[in-house]
Order: sequence, then C-alpha cells, then structure tokens
Amino acid sequence: MSFPWAEHYRPHHPMMRWLDEKLPLPRLVYNAVGAGYPVPRNLNYFWNFGVLAGASLAIQIVTGIILAMHYAANGLVAFDSVEHIMRDVNSGWLIRYAHMNGASFFFIVVYIHIFRGLYYGSYKAPREMVWLLGVVIFLLMMATAFMGYVLPWGQMSFWGAQVITGFFSAIPLVGEPVRQWLLGGYAPDNDALNRFFSLHYLLPFVIAAVIMLHIWALHIPGSNNPTGVAVQGPADTVPFHPYYTAKDGFGLGVFLVLFSIMLFFAPNYLGHPDNYIPANPLATPAHIVPEWYFWPFYAILRAFTFDFLFVPAKLWGVVAMFSAIALLFFLPWIDRSPVRSANYRPAYRIAFWMLVADVAILAWIGKSPAEEPYVRIGQFAAAYYFAHFLIIVPLIARFETPKPLPNSITESVLHGEAAEAAPLGLAAE
Amino acid sequence: MATRDTVDDPNQRPPVIAGPHEDGVGPRRRDFLNIAAVSFAGVGAATVLIPLVNQMNPSADVLALASTEVDLAKVVPGQGIKVSWRKQPVFIRNLTPKEIAEADAVPLSSLRDPQTLAERTKPGHKNWLITLGVCTHLGCVPLGISEGENRGQYGGYFCPCHGSQYDTAARIRGGPAPRNLAVPDYAFKTPTTVQIG
Repeated sequence: MSFPWAEHYRPHHPMMRWLDEKLPLPRLVYNAVGAGYPVPRNLNYFWNFGVLAGASLAIQIVTGIILAMHYAANGLVAFDSVEHIMRDVNSGWLIRYAHMNGASFFFIVVYIHIFRGLYYGSYKAPREMVWLLGVVIFLLMMATAFMGYVLPWGQMSFWGAQVITGFFSAIPLVGEPVRQWLLGGYAPDNDALNRFFSLHYLLPFVIAAVIMLHIWALHIPGSNNPTGVAVQGPADTVPFHPYYTAKDGFGLGVFLVLFSIMLFFAPNYLGHPDNYIPANPLATPAHIVPEWYFWPFYAILRAFTFDFLFVPAKLWGVVAMFSAIALLFFLPWIDRSPVRSANYRPAYRIAFWMLVADVAILAWIGKSPAEEPYVRIGQFAAAYYFAHFLIIVPLIARFETPKPLPNSITESVLHGEAAEAAPLGLAAE
Repeated sequence: MATRDTVDDPNQRPPVIAGPHEDGVGPRRRDFLNIAAVSFAGVGAATVLIPLVNQMNPSADVLALASTEVDLAKVVPGQGIKVSWRKQPVFIRNLTPKEIAEADAVPLSSLRDPQTLAERTKPGHKNWLITLGVCTHLGCVPLGISEGENRGQYGGYFCPCHGSQYDTAARIRGGPAPRNLAVPDYAFKTPTTVQIG
C-alpha cells in the first residue's frame, strides 16, 4: 500500500505468525493504521477529523444498538418507550442523550472534515475516488439522521417525516404515488415508523462499509497534506503509528471532553422542545425546523418561492436542494487548478472563506421563519452557493496566479513549518 | 539535546538520538508516559463500560412489579390459586390437615432437597403453602394448583413436560428436577392477606 518504504509487518510471536499465514488481519490493521502506513510528516489538527468521524460513528452504533434493545417501533408506544428509556432503564438517559448529541457531533466533525478537504484540495487527483465515496457517506448520514429523528414519534419527528417525504411528491407525474409508497400510507403512521426503524438500524452499517472503501481508496495515493505537495520520499513521511496514533488519540481526548460537556450540561440545547410533545397528526407545530445540520439545505429548499419556466416552486426547491449536494460529486472536475492547497491559492482562499460565510448565512436562514427579510437573504445566499461552484471556482482555476510551491514537504518543514503547514495558512506572511 | 551527524541523503532516516537510558538500563521517561496514557485510557474505557453493561439489568418499571398483595379470604382448604408476581406464576395453596400430615410424615433422609414443611411455610400459617409455580428443572409451570389437574403420585404438583413430581410441601420427589419449588419472600400483613416480594 501507498509507498515502497512503508514498514513491513513482521510478527515475532509464533502464534501471530500462524495467524498471519491463515488470516492476515493484524497485517491489515498494521498497514492501515499502524507503522505500515507512511503519512506526510506535516499534518495539522485538521487531519484529526477523519478519525473523530469514525469514533463518532462507533459511539452512534454502540448507543444505537443499546437503544434498540429498549425502544418499541410502534406508533402507539414509541414515544412512551423513549420516556421509558429516559426514566426506567438503568443509565438510559445517558445512552439516549449520548445518541442524540452524538449525531450532532458526528455532523460537526464531518462538516469540518469536508471543509478541510475543500480548503486543501483533497478532492483533486489522485484522490477523486476518496472524495466521491465521502459524498456518498455524507448522503447516507443525512438519510440515517433523518430517519432516526422520526423514531421518538414526537411532534417534530412526525412533521419532519411529513415534510421530508413531501419532497418526493414534487416529482412530476409519479410524485404522490412515490410518497405514498415510501410512507406506506397517506401520512406518516405505524408502517412508516417501522420501516424507518428498520432502515435506521441498517444504514449505519452501510456507512461503516463505505468508510472502509473510503479509507482503502485513500491509502492507495496516500494522505494529502497542508502544502498539497505530493510525497516524494521517505523523508517526507512518518509511520502512522506511533506518530499519528498519538496525535489522533490526543485529539480524540479533546473531542470527548467537549462531547461530555454538551452531554452532561446541555443535552437538549441542540434539540427542539416540540419533540417532547407526542406526535399529533391533526396539529402542526408553529415552526417546523430541522436539526441544525440540515439548516443550510433547508434554506436552499425554501429559496424558491415562485414558479418559473413552467416548473412549480416546490419542484425547483427540491431540485436545488439535491443539486447542492450532487454538485460536490463534480467538484474534482470543476476545479481545474493544479495546485491543491489553498495556502498557495490567494484568490481561492478568499472564495473558500466566502463559501464558509455563505453556508453559515444559509444555516441562519434555515432556522429562521419563512418571512422577510429572511426569504430574500436566503435567495441571495442560495444563489451564491451555486455561483461559488459553477462560476467562481472555475474562473479562479483559470485566472489565478498561485504562490510558489515548496519543492517538497520536508523542505517546507525545514524552512519554517509555521508558514507552510499552519492550519489554514494562518501563520503565512 | 544530543548532537547528531548531518544527513547527506534526505531519503535516509536520521539516526535515533540516544537518551540517557537508551542502553536498556532503567526505564525511559517515554515508557512512563506510555504506561500512564494507556492506563488513563483504560480506566476511562472501563468506566464507560459500566452504564453500557448496567442498562441490561432489570429497569425501574420491572423492579416496581417486585411485590404484590394477595387476599386469601376466599381460598378454602384443599383449594389453590395462581397469582402473578414478577411476571411469574406463584402457587398459593391452602393445605388440608391430611396433606399437612402427609408432608410431615416423610423422612428427610429420603428427600432429594431435604426441607420440612415448617421450614417452607410461616409459623402459625403452616396450611399456607406459597411457592413459585416454576419447575426447578427447566422452568415449566407444573400442574396441580387448579381444580381437577393432575397432582402426581405425591398429591402435590406434577410437571408433565419431563415428569417431575412434587409432594404436598412442593418438594421434589421424582423426575428430573433438582430442587423443591422455590419459596418467595412473603409476609402476612393480616391473617388473610399476604404480601409477596
């Protein structure tokens, strides 16, 4: 894997040698996250977030399997079974809050992971497949999170299911039949709840499988690094273990501290109080708001308030929302600049931060009610999002003059790591 | 810092810098740090395991069903009732003087699980035989508590699944079961009401 100077797995104990002949699983681990995987020596803490995302998924799977032991996926008792978990099951409150906030932390970490990739050009050749699989993981995460949010069968659960499945009714001609097929009825009910529970249990394991492909695809070209300059020799890399196991372990500790603070001191801060009202098919909450990690997409969905080109607003909104994610699939070919890291791309760096600000504005619009001035701001912000990928990035790739790149990773480190590898180039100049 | 030779070939790893104890004598600082870090993580992981294991134990609503009150006023001698306690059947039988005498006449040495009827009932309430209706073999519910059911050859209970025979003190007398029917914790609140659990 990756580089010819990677350390070779040499089992010393006779039993490990026997195992290596029959099933080289320790060898696989050694070559994936052990000394057998050479990693650029100059990674900063933005390279922690892949491991943190994996740890988040592990937390979600462990707590989720336990919750499924106590939860009842039936419209009559689902809400009560969640309260049973909160009140009666030993440590049930802890496990449910860990699952609730774990979902949020999973998304926080993955968003940072994605923006890291955008900043340092991790989507570019030779890592396009890593990026594509990453977008697949992101889509699966969104589907999983949505279906999990339905399960407590509170007001937001129910109306979330109503609204999200409503997207599919926007499909011309077959929309309404598709929606009824998805729900197994005319509105969310027991059948919808049961199938969402089944799929919510299944999809995390599919995510885990795609993560394995994601890591596999990454380990063929090897990891990117803050300079974006390719690894040229053994001096540019260090073995993953102990160097990055130690660094990632420290990062994981910091992550768990922040997670614990949220979990123990503000477990419902990111939730919505309406979801502590049992589902009522006859009364809609005043503001239907998705969880925070869907706000930007929700804002893009609502940006279309008018029909044009013979296409109804509802369909435009749905198409725009899905396009916002689908665009990411084409990014490796949209950005034609040969320079990977934004540390050496002055114009792209400005565009990147503009995109971060734009997504933050979209998030704020997504959580706000659908009234002026929010609607108008949201329309501009949504338009800018698409302009960034379809106009700004291709133009920059064409006209930008990049800064001179270092000859190698090692050289950049020796010339002053501060300038070349600092997070987001903050120490440059 | 120890000095080291300059490396001519950038693709050559620099030699390891020998610390004060690199000669293998005595532990290095790094050894201590490694052990401390791994121990710290180990204690953390073990602590996290406690709630993850504890959630499998009976929950508060299950434990809340752990006691039940039964009114015995309508149960005449020779009759028995079946009540539910912890989602398990409990046999409450009002023994006739004949059944009490039968149970007392059995020599303890002949029993598989030697206990007297007096040990298995409350003082002053020797006629009230209160046991779990769960066969100690594999947990079936024996017959004999209701009117007309087969009470086996000892007049107590009979478990048809594998042929365990219990006598009028619900002691195992024949068949595969190893122990007498279990006596739950109970107490008489009044002469005719009993609290189980």
